[in-house]
Amino acid sequence: MAASGTLLVLFLFAHAAGNLKIFVGLPDFDHYAEWLRELGTPLLPHAWFLWIQRFGLLAAIGLHIWAATVLTIRAKKARPVKYAHRPKVQGSYAARTMRWGGVIIVLFVIWHILDLTLGVVNPATGDSDASQRVVQGFDPERWYVTLFYVLAVVAVGFHLRHGIWSAVRTMGQQTTKGERRAKAIALVLSVVLVAMYLSVPIAVTFGLVK
Amino acid sequence: MDIKVRVWRQSGPSAGGKMVAYDVKGISPDASFLEMIDVLNETLILDGDDPIAFDHDCREGICGACSMVINGVAHGPEKATTTCQLHMRKFKDGDVIDVEPWRAAAFPVIKDLIVDRSAFDQIIQAGGYISAPTGTAPDAHATPVPKKDADLAFEAATCIGCGACVAACPNGSSMLFTAAKISHLGLMPQGQPERDSRVIDMLQAQDDAGFGGCTNAGECTMVCPKGIPLSLIGRLNSDYRKAITKR
Amino acid sequence: MAATEFWSEGEPVVDKAAPDGPVETRWDRRKFSAKLVNPANRRKLTVIIVGTGLAGGSAAATLAEAGYHVKSYCYQDSPRRAHSIAAQGGINAAKNYRNDGDSVYRLFYDTVKGGDFRARESNVYRLAQVSVNIIDQCVAQGVPFAREYGGLLDNRSFGGTQVSRTFYARGQTGQQLLLGAYQALERQIGLGNVEMNARHEMLELIIVDGKARGIVVRDMVTGEISTEFADAVVLASGGYGNVFFLSTNAKGCNVTASWRAHRKGALFANPCYTQIHPTCIPESGSHQSKLTLMSESLRNDGRVWVPKAQKDTRKASDIPEDERDYYLERIYPSFGNLVPRDIASRAAKNVCDEGRGVGPGGLGVYLDFADAISRLGRKAVEAKYGNLFEMYERITGEDPYEQPMRIYPAVHYTMGGLWVDYDLQSTVPGLFVVGEANFSDHGANRLGASALMQGLADGYFVLPNTISNYLASGPFPKVTETDAPVVEARKQVEDRIEKFLSIDGDRTVDSFHRELGHIMWEYCGMERTEEGLTKAIGLIRALKEEFWTRVKVPGKGEELNQNLEKAGRVADFIELGELMCIDALHRRESCGGHFRGESQTPDGEALRHDDEFSYAAAWEYFGADGKPTLHKEDLNFEYVHPSTRSYK
Repeated sequence: MAASGTLLVLFLFAHAAGNLKIFVGLPDFDHYAEWLRELGTPLLPHAWFLWIQRFGLLAAIGLHIWAATVLTIRAKKARPVKYAHRPKVQGSYAARTMRWGGVIIVLFVIWHILDLTLGVVNPATGDSDASQRVVQGFDPERWYVTLFYVLAVVAVGFHLRHGIWSAVRTMGQQTTKGERRAKAIALVLSVVLVAMYLSVPIAVTFGLVK
Repeated sequence: MDIKVRVWRQSGPSAGGKMVAYDVKGISPDASFLEMIDVLNETLILDGDDPIAFDHDCREGICGACSMVINGVAHGPEKATTTCQLHMRKFKDGDVIDVEPWRAAAFPVIKDLIVDRSAFDQIIQAGGYISAPTGTAPDAHATPVPKKDADLAFEAATCIGCGACVAACPNGSSMLFTAAKISHLGLMPQGQPERDSRVIDMLQAQDDAGFGGCTNAGECTMVCPKGIPLSLIGRLNSDYRKAITKR
Repeated sequence: MAATEFWSEGEPVVDKAAPDGPVETRWDRRKFSAKLVNPANRRKLTVIIVGTGLAGGSAAATLAEAGYHVKSYCYQDSPRRAHSIAAQGGINAAKNYRNDGDSVYRLFYDTVKGGDFRARESNVYRLAQVSVNIIDQCVAQGVPFAREYGGLLDNRSFGGTQVSRTFYARGQTGQQLLLGAYQALERQIGLGNVEMNARHEMLELIIVDGKARGIVVRDMVTGEISTEFADAVVLASGGYGNVFFLSTNAKGCNVTASWRAHRKGALFANPCYTQIHPTCIPESGSHQSKLTLMSESLRNDGRVWVPKAQKDTRKASDIPEDERDYYLERIYPSFGNLVPRDIASRAAKNVCDEGRGVGPGGLGVYLDFADAISRLGRKAVEAKYGNLFEMYERITGEDPYEQPMRIYPAVHYTMGGLWVDYDLQSTVPGLFVVGEANFSDHGANRLGASALMQGLADGYFVLPNTISNYLASGPFPKVTETDAPVVEARKQVEDRIEKFLSIDGDRTVDSFHRELGHIMWEYCGMERTEEGLTKAIGLIRALKEEFWTRVKVPGKGEELNQNLEKAGRVADFIELGELMCIDALHRRESCGGHFRGESQTPDGEALRHDDEFSYAAAWEYFGADGKPTLHKEDLNFEYVHPSTRSYK
């Protein structure tokens, strides 16, 4: 969980940094999208590096989900009889929502790819630029899509808040002081990431990016 | 004070169980939670009912026998306190209190609130010791131990093996218990020779016993009557990583 | 007092295993003269060990390491829960790491004197010798003793000794030592050398051809009765303080294993020697199920007092200084609040008897930290005693920083137990007794931090050396289920269980236990008199008859039945209670944990009669209604000559 999760977090940061390019200007954003496909050339053919990345990501996601499934099945087996009376959350809310949060994030990612990568559920036409898909996708008319994005990104935030700290612990972090630090870092990273991701759809919906 | 308790009743390991409600009247706020059950049992016996079976022994918070999930919280509402040290003054007149056994596949219910915790002994058997046959020891002062290490080792060693960590863990994991022993022994110079095999074998025994996996949810440490810190799980993970890479 | 209506007197009992000669060489010479068992033959020999506390756990691990086949039994769900775990203070060892004049001889001297000259010199000397090995062994096992900044072991002075020889692990020394022994035991279980049977209770001893050859046990989960055979049986089943119902013992602690052995012929020595600890949390009501000890160290800074006036119900803070009686400081100006346990306990009882006790029922005295807090500051007091104060508040709901603690004495340890010789063998060949279950080392009073020392000395170092002398003549002829003594022992157990379940009376087991406790505490507690003890014997006999006609034990035998377990234990406690009173009645002197009202100095201190009572009283069982027979073992003091203890 920790290793695959770490890869995914690194990707999320790269992805978020790229997103912010849109505030520089729509053509710059599209240029960035194209650059992603040019990356690695001429050593590699066009878009190969991107596909290598995508396969890497898919593998990380696959491993992450596989590990999560194994843990979930083990957890179910480890407590075959449920408590009759059990407060929903005793520890941190973030820790207790990892599993359902994860499922929501998967569903979101599928939507997200259909929406902005493939454009299948996006109002922009098939051969549109990336920036067009963003601008039309988060059109004020489609506020509910933006709302869905906001909720999903917040779920990612929760997932990371526990996930980042938990990964550090799994890697062997072992002092109480370090624990406080790791928790603080996880919180800050999650908040920063959520802010970075939310800035784009909100800016579009509120007409700050056209 | 008058209260109502709803207690898990299960006549045997393979029998089904259910929550049964009992009224307990006129209990003193100075009585301990277990004394409240004692008083209830006395009436049950005289009424011809089967008294509630529950594990308990020292009743001073150190043996680790008592084990009740009270209103969904292992050992009940008071922090860093075993069930036997919990007193009725923590409740209000008229309260309805739910009492259940530890719930984990590795801790099967034997009767009512009594579970079988021998899985913990199996984890210790797998490596939770330092091999030092009687009579082979050098002088006690032969190896100084830095005070910092000795103090942390002691803190880890205060685990009473009650199993509340497992009862509270959303995954039914025994990681905090195992981590406490790994840390105690791994911090002592005497524990170094077996440090690598210890962590590998104890984790294997923990998995074999049917405990769930750790996701660092942290609920174990919140109910731990001895306040064993979650950071010890990191120590275990670190030891495990080193042991695996050396192998 | 010679034989009376309550007992008869038999031949003296002699410790045949005890070596003579210079006390320093006795243990070495005994070890050398003991027969050995060839390592290859050891696995053919089986040893049953009942109990997994410090003595039983360490013995099981050590004998298994040596190569014997060990079968271990405990009533708890895990060997780690034996009540040794609750010991707080520490463990003595004559290491002299402080360079403060300690030595094996001084520990020996202090222990014989502390035992009020009622222990064997040979045994105590051996205990002091072995004490140094115990610390080495425990450190090697990884026991996290308190250490100093230099990394070396810390020591403290404990129980009024003048040297610092107590090793400790914060307030949880017993726990850490027990976990050390438990882990060594689990290692042997994992290696297949020990067959562990938790949740099993020994209910009878099996004697074949005059030798202890096995036990009858009940599986406390299924209720199944089984017979277990061995070449030797070791009892490590602890003390019998729960005869008082309320004590600092664990709820499950019981005398059944020892008592069943006693009924089968093992002598029971000095049952009346009971240690009553002065600093326990008082009873809070009729629901009380046990008493909790507060560490003795509290008396280092707390001042003990009661109001000068009787039945003074004012709050402690409303009682002005000149209306308080700091009675320990008043009566014992030189030791003050630090007088030994027996003296502090009796003084508390006296002031409460005068009607000056505080708290519910007037059974309590104040232990006041106001002076310490104003002198040292709250922070310093918190650093020293914070965890104890928290524990007190958790139990009583009162804040000891704001109002003084209330404390009262409670039964804590029993020095008496099954009689054993120097080899720790009882009067039944092949039956060995270790730890608190035997009577051997503490005499009439045990010093602080000595119980852990004795338990581990017996289990790690003494028994493994002495039992070989017995086992060397084995393996003994095979015992089978159909042998007459086995069939009989099994039937005794089954009949008894059947009897408990069939009475179906109108009183619970606990109600009898509570009543027995009241009788014992009232008449055989801190102060005993001929009149009281005689009355108590009558009351106990009546209680016994009532028990066997009116007890109600719910449920069946073939299931987990906690009341059935309790019924068997209480039935044995009732019989033991009677013997304790008889022993207390016959010993018309005050010594250590036994204070006879008739035997005190003009100013109320304990008065020994060495001319008449310098012996251990070993009692032989003579049927439930017959008279017990007294066998005396004379005690000789060649090194530490009896003197009067004085703390004024």
